[in-house]
Amino acid sequence: MTRLVHGDVAIGDTLPGLSVDVTATTVVLGALASRDWRPMHHDRDFAINRNGTQDIFLNTPNQAAWFERYVTDWTGPAGRLGRMTFRMNTSVFPGDHMVFTATVTGTEVDDAGCGWIDLDVALMVGEVAATTCATRVALPLDENDNPWARRGDAWRP
Amino acid sequence: MSTELAPITEAVTDRIGLVQYEEEGGFPVEHGYIWTTCAAVENGNPLFWDETVADDLTDGPIAPPTMLSVWFRPHHWSPGRTEPAVPLQAHFDLKDDLHLPEAIISSNTNTFHDPVRIGDRVRSRQILRSVSEPKTTRLGHGRFWTIDVEYLNQDDALLGVESYTAFGYRRADAKKRADS
Repeated sequence: MTRLVHGDVAIGDTLPGLSVDVTATTVVLGALASRDWRPMHHDRDFAINRNGTQDIFLNTPNQAAWFERYVTDWTGPAGRLGRMTFRMNTSVFPGDHMVFTATVTGTEVDDAGCGWIDLDVALMVGEVAATTCATRVALPLDENDNPWARRGDAWRP
Repeated sequence: MSTELAPITEAVTDRIGLVQYEEEGGFPVEHGYIWTTCAAVENGNPLFWDETVADDLTDGPIAPPTMLSVWFRPHHWSPGRTEPAVPLQAHFDLKDDLHLPEAIISSNTNTFHDPVRIGDRVRSRQILRSVSEPKTTRLGHGRFWTIDVEYLNQDDALLGVESYTAFGYRRADAKKRADS
């Protein structure tokens, strides 16, 4: 796994894509791992006949876990998430092929000396951005820096 | 059915900024759920699998930040409970108080502070931050509101904040349907 440092990244950089074929197991496993017991995430009959959706669908906390995995695959373990803003546009169903993409939209070192990267991340299904996630992640400034060591006023997500 | 919105009552404005529904999660943070969550999304981050990496970076194992709310979600069943537990109760209170039968979460922002560690007892509290003037969207006529859910550990350290912006509304076609 890579260990990016802040200087490795520039605005306009793009992340390698991550492709995942969504199955019923993907949806159910993700819902139960996130302790979301609501039936629209595991009961196809309920989802179709009560919710009016085409099938069971990925729950939001599990999507957040996918976004985290995607971003930290890129940063390596020293990358520390600070903030994520989600906008849910359409649902993700079994049979969908989801592709995660991201572009670097900002880099800065804050007044506390923490190196930040801003990303626009998208979960695409076909040509549709099913969910977008504006992400702010801290990276080490050099091999001796560790964003995880920051506490209190030194951590301003 | 009228499209006029009920006014924002003093009972609602008095709740803005007030801490509500402070509750403790049903179990301490455990490693098994962390591995199950990582497995569900094939997250191989060594921070969650390799104790040496965790000791080096975070002084011991931590949970993925996006699992913040997992530690607070109630069991599907527990002894003596007769009604399902409702997360984000402050949101449902507003729907009732403002007489807005439909609502969607239009966006949410998660901010991560101190890492969540194995054995932490996580508690949450809900704070209504704002309620808007009447707005009309393609969904209908209603109001936006923002609710923060703050998560703290047993030492009162802030672990993170989930900020939800919701739109409570009456459907755009409600009057037409009621008149027809």
